[in-house]
Amino acid sequence: MATKGLTDLPPAGRPYLVDPPVIAPGHTFASVTEKVMRTVLTPHTPIGWIFGILVTFGIVQILMVAAGYLFYQGVGIWGITIPSAWGFAIVNFVWWIGIGHAGTLISAILLLLKQSWRTSINRAAEAMTLFAVMCAGMFPILHTGRPWLAAYWLFPLPLTMGVWPQFRSPLIWDVFAVSTYFTVSLLFWFTGLIPDIATLRDNAKHRVTRIIYGVLCMGWRGSARHWSRYETAYLLLAGLSTPLVLSVHTVVSWDFAIAVLPGWHTTIFPPYFVAGAIYSGFAMVLTLLIPIRAAYGMKDFITTRHLQNMAKVMLATGLIVAYGYFFEAFMSWYSGDVFEMFQFKNRATGPLGAFYWMLITCNIVLPQSLWFRKVRSSPVLLWVVSIIVNVGMWLERFVIVVISLHRDFLPSSWGTYKATRWDYATFLGTLGFFTFAFLMFIRVLPMISIFELRALLPQSRLQPLLEENLQ
Amino acid sequence: MMREGIYGLMAEYDTVPDLVQAAEKAHEVGYRRMDTYSPFPIEPAAEAIGFHKNRVALVVLIGGLLGGTGGYSLAYWISVLAYPINTGGKPWHSWPAFIPPTFECTVLGASLAAFIGMLAMNGLPMPYHPVFNAPNFALASKDKFFLCIEAADPQFDLTKTRQFLEQTNPRVVTEVPN
Repeated sequence: MATKGLTDLPPAGRPYLVDPPVIAPGHTFASVTEKVMRTVLTPHTPIGWIFGILVTFGIVQILMVAAGYLFYQGVGIWGITIPSAWGFAIVNFVWWIGIGHAGTLISAILLLLKQSWRTSINRAAEAMTLFAVMCAGMFPILHTGRPWLAAYWLFPLPLTMGVWPQFRSPLIWDVFAVSTYFTVSLLFWFTGLIPDIATLRDNAKHRVTRIIYGVLCMGWRGSARHWSRYETAYLLLAGLSTPLVLSVHTVVSWDFAIAVLPGWHTTIFPPYFVAGAIYSGFAMVLTLLIPIRAAYGMKDFITTRHLQNMAKVMLATGLIVAYGYFFEAFMSWYSGDVFEMFQFKNRATGPLGAFYWMLITCNIVLPQSLWFRKVRSSPVLLWVVSIIVNVGMWLERFVIVVISLHRDFLPSSWGTYKATRWDYATFLGTLGFFTFAFLMFIRVLPMISIFELRALLPQSRLQPLLEENLQ
Repeated sequence: MMREGIYGLMAEYDTVPDLVQAAEKAHEVGYRRMDTYSPFPIEPAAEAIGFHKNRVALVVLIGGLLGGTGGYSLAYWISVLAYPINTGGKPWHSWPAFIPPTFECTVLGASLAAFIGMLAMNGLPMPYHPVFNAPNFALASKDKFFLCIEAADPQFDLTKTRQFLEQTNPRVVTEVPN
């Protein structure tokens, strides 16, 4: 630390930060505040936003109709049958909950690892997490067909029946994991928002806006004692979220791995599910943030460095996922088990084999383009890759759920699976809900954490020059 | 509902070092009932006013222990006492299966404790606070830094304290009505 002398100071005019900057140089406390705040406290709602809200609101209505008809008619309107009783509902559940992992990963794990580049993207990623978990939660609830009758075996409710949930089942662990994950993500997100909502309260012009933000920020005034407790609480929430985020997809993978079905009953599922979740989550963050940073002129804060770092995380987790695919195939052969071997053969060459090869193409082959700096530093190419990975991760869950289920031990019980229009309508509906909720979020709350941006600026330090250069 | 008297004297600063130095000096000359207000966390400022330790971590530990014990007890009570079902010949008290929900409940309890505990110890929600009466205080959530020496401090004297604050390179020193 102290071995570096004054001669190591960067030449005059060079930005303070050692790495390429996470904020474009030249910003002040006021300028970062204004820039982010202006997306919320503006009387001019962008035309594109209104258009987006109208379209996605229309798609939310499709979800309403699909869910309403399901409650009226029952789950028979979906393509689920025996043996493929899980179908789209669980495919979509796992896909959405996987996407919901990036937010907490970015916020919590990168905070603990002191990755300051996380600051510009954590707020939006956390919001994305919340909405993705909401979409995920809808599917098992709809899948019960009559959720008001399912409540008693999902939650420990003291009803006169005296019937209680089965704690030896991973499905109950899942209820605890997902509901805890949603609650903790909400607390983490809202804790991060409190000081920024106070900023909005202090700058809002309209009385009603001031009152709403005033109530939400609960009288935050930025006292040093408050900040101290706040920082401790935030750090501890990050520390708690870190094992939590890893546990959630682990528990989701146990929904499969604890069953004896060939293709599900494998110990590699937990780590490979978690890696896949991070993979798809980062892909969704890129899918959302690349257009938004262009539309809202946030390139000063969400810089190419952010996009490149996310691309690298995707590349790494994508390789872990590829390792998982390889070992699924290897273990089915190495097990010597006739059902396991058949399961893999059926996966790759059976009637639904095309999905497996599409999955390999989308998740393993095409993302290798991220090895090239050209792809990583081009927002357009990166956006295309992120879409491909989103599709690939959906296919992965389709392959795991449907292909494993449709042909198990007894050929006499084999079947096939075909999604109905209501399956597609429900899935499309959640995509609409997700986008609708996200658009609402960027209109009424700051999409970037303003107070953390301020703390990233060199003038936030007591002794900026010395501290930076004596590292 | 206006209360009597003044809450304290508020000095406004442009930079972080100005604020921290002022707070250090104030602590040095013996002021204790004071606080700084800033648009982002400044650890040295909390140190300067003599606030070294908070008890959030303890509250989180208690919340986590309660959550974990509660989660395990729930699983035990349901699976062993209230509604025992023979599941594949497993013992009633098949504890490994209770670990995942216990873990989730631990995290839930600890997180709720972190959130509620932090707010409660900060005395939030608090819709009204005298410091909001200070002119320019809206900038405390944007780009200015404030030090408030409270009238409740035994050393507080309107003239002397004002003189002291004037020497610390503030932009302006103002009285904060209660």
